[in-house]
Amino acid sequence: MPHVASDYELVIRPTRGWFHLNLADVWRYRDLLFLLVHRDFVAKYKQTILGPAWFILQPLLMTFVFTVIFSKVAKIPTDGVPPVLFYLAGLLGWNYFAQTLQSSSDTLVANASLFGKVYFPRLVVPLSAVISNCFSFALQLATLLCVWAYFKVFTSSGATFGFSSAIVWLPLLLVQIAGLSLGVGLWLSAMTAKYRDFTFLTALIIQVWMYATPVIYPLSQISEKWRWLAVLNPMAMPVETIKYMFVGRGVVIAAYFAVSVAMTLLLLVSGVFVFNKVEKTFVDTV
Amino acid sequence: MSRAIIEVENVSKRYKLGQFNARTLRDEAEQFFRRLRRKNKAVGVPHALAESSEFWALKDVSFSVQRGEVLGIIGRNGAGKSTLLKILSRVTEPTSGEIRIRGRVASLLEVGTGFHPELTGRENIYLNGTILGMTKAEVKAKFEEIVAFAEIGKFLDTPVKRYSSGMYVRLAFAVAAHLEPEILIVDEVLAVGDAEFQKRCLRRMREVSGKDGRTVLFVSHNLAAIEALTHRAVLLRDGAIQFLGPTRACLETYLQGTADRRARVSSRLTEGRYTRVLSVDVLDEGGLPTCNYSSDNPLVLEVAIQTDGVKGMSFDIYISNSLGHRVYFYTSNLFDEIDIPASRGCYQFRLTFRPLMLASGNYSVDVATALTNIGYDDHVVEAATFQVHYFNPTGRSWDFRELDGYGSVAMTLDATVLMDRTEGGKGEELERRRRIGSELRI
Repeated sequence: MPHVASDYELVIRPTRGWFHLNLADVWRYRDLLFLLVHRDFVAKYKQTILGPAWFILQPLLMTFVFTVIFSKVAKIPTDGVPPVLFYLAGLLGWNYFAQTLQSSSDTLVANASLFGKVYFPRLVVPLSAVISNCFSFALQLATLLCVWAYFKVFTSSGATFGFSSAIVWLPLLLVQIAGLSLGVGLWLSAMTAKYRDFTFLTALIIQVWMYATPVIYPLSQISEKWRWLAVLNPMAMPVETIKYMFVGRGVVIAAYFAVSVAMTLLLLVSGVFVFNKVEKTFVDTV
Repeated sequence: MSRAIIEVENVSKRYKLGQFNARTLRDEAEQFFRRLRRKNKAVGVPHALAESSEFWALKDVSFSVQRGEVLGIIGRNGAGKSTLLKILSRVTEPTSGEIRIRGRVASLLEVGTGFHPELTGRENIYLNGTILGMTKAEVKAKFEEIVAFAEIGKFLDTPVKRYSSGMYVRLAFAVAAHLEPEILIVDEVLAVGDAEFQKRCLRRMREVSGKDGRTVLFVSHNLAAIEALTHRAVLLRDGAIQFLGPTRACLETYLQGTADRRARVSSRLTEGRYTRVLSVDVLDEGGLPTCNYSSDNPLVLEVAIQTDGVKGMSFDIYISNSLGHRVYFYTSNLFDEIDIPASRGCYQFRLTFRPLMLASGNYSVDVATALTNIGYDDHVVEAATFQVHYFNPTGRSWDFRELDGYGSVAMTLDATVLMDRTEGGKGEELERRRRIGSELRI
């Protein structure tokens, strides 16, 4: 019982082209993609007591730490918004980015033994990270909305902030962050396959990157003179924009955004290219 | 004849030896500086040699496979079998050449690939199935069959990390064996599981190729399984095809090659300090060196040994089969209190052994001199080789061949066979006349 037409023909030969992206193959393996998402989700919180509650607790605990350290001790202003809300909104986009980056960056090395035995489009694995992290994004979003509602209704500061109509663009912003984290993740994955040093560097890169991104401080804190440097970081605008969407404060300028989107596209396309290049022969070298 | 389902054309694969290990940035930097320094001094060892040395795992391999055929692939370790399979299953790319495949390929390279310990048996069936290239719907259609084949029944919803290793292997093979690709690549999967399970695997493989008409590429060191399952086989040697044709002929070429190689590479495992094995010969009835032996006749070996005259030296002899397993052992001092004389000179021993019961096949003789109870002095591997062409202890027409996987040595009955009946009390004594009466008479 053949499942493919009899004229199906696959030709295996050394790749010559520079950019060889087989998206049709990724589509054929879409069932695998979703099962990997399921696996990530199930396996992550097996043998934990709180299970998926960690998706909510982790950002809340981080927000608590930030509030104590950066707001109470370091007294970094939060654009006049309640610090808890400010940090939580900032973490929404950042956490998604960092988690996806973290899990997609070790794609090749972590799955080396599997890749050495079976063929499937390697891109499926980092893509599954992009999708499975959407669930934690959704849960975190729900948490943010609850906290937002609490501050709006029960505190005196309720009048000082509000949704911006730009919030309808949130899904599109998520797509951009996904593309960016995938692009950088593929880069790191390819580099890790070649130089194991990157296993140590990845965590450091993510941490430093967070402080370079307006998560714990508003972009307005950076003087006009240096702001161009800050927005060269492609994550700066998305994070600042999410905060703007939820509390109506923030520096969101179209030109800055254009830089961010251009950087995202550049990193994504080059990431896919480098990943493809390394993936082809990487099993020969591990 | 229809078009071949697999066409392999001049496929080669090169590995760069220097690149086998993932490097660190530090290594890279070191290399960079070393290169700079070398340029300045304009001298130095050719360090680059190690990096530039290449290794061709496959060289100009071409063959084609017809739809529904089961093709065996054999060869020594390092002959290129795994590389060929990796290229066919798209795990890695060839360096040059081209392969056309007219069907979907699934490979069964190692069972359990891609299992996740935290997931249940059920979840792993789906995950593993899709990793191996099935769609979810296809797995669903086969689900009951897979569960039945694996015999995991009530453990279906238990995480596989709690499975016994037997269950794990069964489940993994079950998933893979129920793949529905046009082309199935099987590598050494039969090496696992108990005998009963192996039998079922073989049966399933036969079904896959026979009834379902799928094409199977089968790699194994189990020559008996290769012979049972395939009609045509490829023999790889040093990355090139040495033989392509009927399985039996292919296996014979392979074993012959093993024997030839042995004759050539008789080598020393340890160099003797006090003694040296000069020559080892198998002698025929006329006392001349030969490379044939017929089982159930006395085996005559002539061993020449040179000694410094050290006291307490004896010698050991091993006979090994074509797979390198030792089947017979003799040690001169501990078995017979024979020592090499303790005065300088060359000595020749002619040893006549009682009849060996070796299956037909190729054998080699290792000889080592030993300081009794202390260790080997001169140890020569494959000092001589010989071949048994045909053997059946009762002289019947069925040839007991090592190649068939029954083992290397025949058990033969003593002249008398005792048989007890459960009812009736006393045992009856039966006489069996070897080579005369062909049936046991009761």
